Amino acid sequence: MSAILPPAERLWWKHPLDRVEGTWIAIALIWCLTMFAMMVGWHIYGSQNLSTETYKTTPELFSKKAQAMVDKYTVRTETAENIPVVAPPAGSDVYLTARLWNFWPILELEKDKTYRLHLTSMDYNHGFSLQPVNINIQIVPGYEHVVKITPNKSGTYSVVCNEFCGINHHTMVSRIYVK
Amino acid sequence: MTTTTYRTCPRSGLQFESQAEKLMIVNAVTAVVALLVGGILAIGVVLTRWPTVHWLAADTFYMVLTAHGIDMLIFWIIFFEMAVLYFCSSTLLRCRIATPKVAWAAFALMLIGAIMNNVAVFQGSSSVMMTSYVPMMAAPTFYLGLILFAVGALIGCFIFFGTLVIAKREKTYQGSVPLVTFGAITAAIIAVFTIASGAIILIPTFLLSVGVISSVDPLIYRTIWWAFGHSSQQINVAAHISIWYAVAAIAFGAKPMSERVSRGAFLLYILFLQLASAHHLLADPGVSTAWKVVNTSYFMYFAVLASMIHGLTIPGAIEVAQRAKGYNNGLFEWLRKAPWGNPVWSGVFISIIGFGFLGGISGVMMGTEQLNMIIHNTIYVPGHFHATVVVGTTLSFMALTYFLIPVLFRREMINPGLAKLQPYLFGFSMYFFCLVMMGAGTLGVSRRHWDMAFNGAPMAYEWPGAAYLLMGLVGIAGISAILGGAIYIYITVGSLLWGKKLSGGSVSANFTPIPPTAPTAAAQSYGSAGFAAPGTFVLAMVFLVSFVLYYFINWKYLSQVWGLS
Repeated sequence: MSAILPPAERLWWKHPLDRVEGTWIAIALIWCLTMFAMMVGWHIYGSQNLSTETYKTTPELFSKKAQAMVDKYTVRTETAENIPVVAPPAGSDVYLTARLWNFWPILELEKDKTYRLHLTSMDYNHGFSLQPVNINIQIVPGYEHVVKITPNKSGTYSVVCNEFCGINHHTMVSRIYVK
Repeated sequence: MTTTTYRTCPRSGLQFESQAEKLMIVNAVTAVVALLVGGILAIGVVLTRWPTVHWLAADTFYMVLTAHGIDMLIFWIIFFEMAVLYFCSSTLLRCRIATPKVAWAAFALMLIGAIMNNVAVFQGSSSVMMTSYVPMMAAPTFYLGLILFAVGALIGCFIFFGTLVIAKREKTYQGSVPLVTFGAITAAIIAVFTIASGAIILIPTFLLSVGVISSVDPLIYRTIWWAFGHSSQQINVAAHISIWYAVAAIAFGAKPMSERVSRGAFLLYILFLQLASAHHLLADPGVSTAWKVVNTSYFMYFAVLASMIHGLTIPGAIEVAQRAKGYNNGLFEWLRKAPWGNPVWSGVFISIIGFGFLGGISGVMMGTEQLNMIIHNTIYVPGHFHATVVVGTTLSFMALTYFLIPVLFRREMINPGLAKLQPYLFGFSMYFFCLVMMGAGTLGVSRRHWDMAFNGAPMAYEWPGAAYLLMGLVGIAGISAILGGAIYIYITVGSLLWGKKLSGGSVSANFTPIPPTAPTAAAQSYGSAGFAAPGTFVLAMVFLVSFVLYYFINWKYLSQVWGLS
């Protein structure tokens, strides 16, 4: 009854289990169910769950909303390209646009305050990789993803695009300031 | 019915039908050529990601990375799997292959598709990565090549099923198919699902690239593409686990501890293993939490359960076989006395351990919905899948090749001393390569990224020094693994070209049916505490403890990041 030959016993499914197999299956099953419970339970008791609030959008629609926020809350501009730094009030809707090859605008948030961060892409898939925290979210064109974020430490954070988006992918990096 | 002949290999006792044999040879050799191309491309990938070397220009790097991914993950593996499917049907069941002419046509389609896709990539306008996410577009021949390849592979799967029917009808065996064939059936069923998904999404994308339709939704593309992209890796899992069982039988004469358990575990694969498309969408908008949780866990981790079962039953079967031979001292004499100088065995053992500890544990961690956010699209991901696809699948295929050189190719292996060393060099380099990539990914380093220094970016981020160190080690480990791969290709191709010809054995116009095997007595006088395989159980517990610790360490880390809701 080798694994490369047909089973010798025609009724092989009646062959009794060895104790080592039975014990391991029981242990492995308990572990599998524990992991499943952990993932579900974190939605109830954990505070890091990715929101699924999503809307269909277009570049025009989203740009309009982002522009309105920039017009209202810009505090200064940075870099040679004069990218606006926006400090929206706590609890508000914050818009971050990903496009070839930058993020727009730069955000300035307050520690321990919650914001509704709207993410979309104007063109290809992009990545929102917040460093050095290492939170990574996919940005898909045509979809506006609303993620509630609560920064828990002040400092200067970077947003790295970590979805391949063409030849200048490596220059697509921005900042989020947390005060 | 075409006339054919059957030869019985004097070294293994396996019976090869001449048509099936030629098809296996040609598919396996083409696979090795794809591995060679992918391996050369790997040099460009690792030497560019090694920060101090940073070899290729950005456009070349992305082109090379695209080709490396496709040649390795699709062409090398699936060509080899076609050979494995024909072996598990025609050879193990001792019957003729169904419709050999169609099988040749399937091979031709796959070959044309593979070449067409490679040409498209090397022309430079299809550097879209293996995933080719829309709306970033490649040349039409990029998609067409993949579609032709997929159609060919699908035909190959149906020839496999047809061959099973022939074996049943011509009564070449009695009772149920061997366990290894059952595993191959699992692989083929998953393959049909996979290839159908690929067609559903690649055909509209091809039509988009030639301007027949105007758009393909990016999120729908991602969802269906990954039903192809991830499930195709599950074909590999089913295939290489079948090879592990086969090698346990060949190298040790091991029989499955219980057919019921091992086949039940394969059945769990058929039922749940294809749900993994979700693994790639956990950080995406637009898909519901319930969908993510059910799918990413393969429905409550039942496919993980299956892998944990195989992880015990394969070494367990070997332990039982070794103990029956008298290697019965202590917990691990059976393992110490294994044929460590035989690359067929050492390759499979390094594969089993690496696949479980590195690939399996990291895979479950990153497949956890919330934990995925701390690794999504970082270089942790290639760290994980090099442990599953390279250490798991590729190394198993290499080990099987060392068995096939005398048996299928009828050549004496050149340089057996080097072959003895190869699984260790390749396997351990890959272990280290995967570990340092996962380390760099834990620090956030992106995958598919040309320059971690962000040259030319006004707001460049400075990665911690440790990230640079780890990426340097990625380069060193990568080169060392490529060397191991080169030795494999040298031995395989060299043996085929210059190895001493061996006799093929007696040839007959008719098949010899598999004689029924006598049931073995259930009584046993070895093992301890009622466990037939106590050593394996201890190893399994070591695995479980590592798994539990690593899993909860990551939850601890997640609990400290920004709040997300």
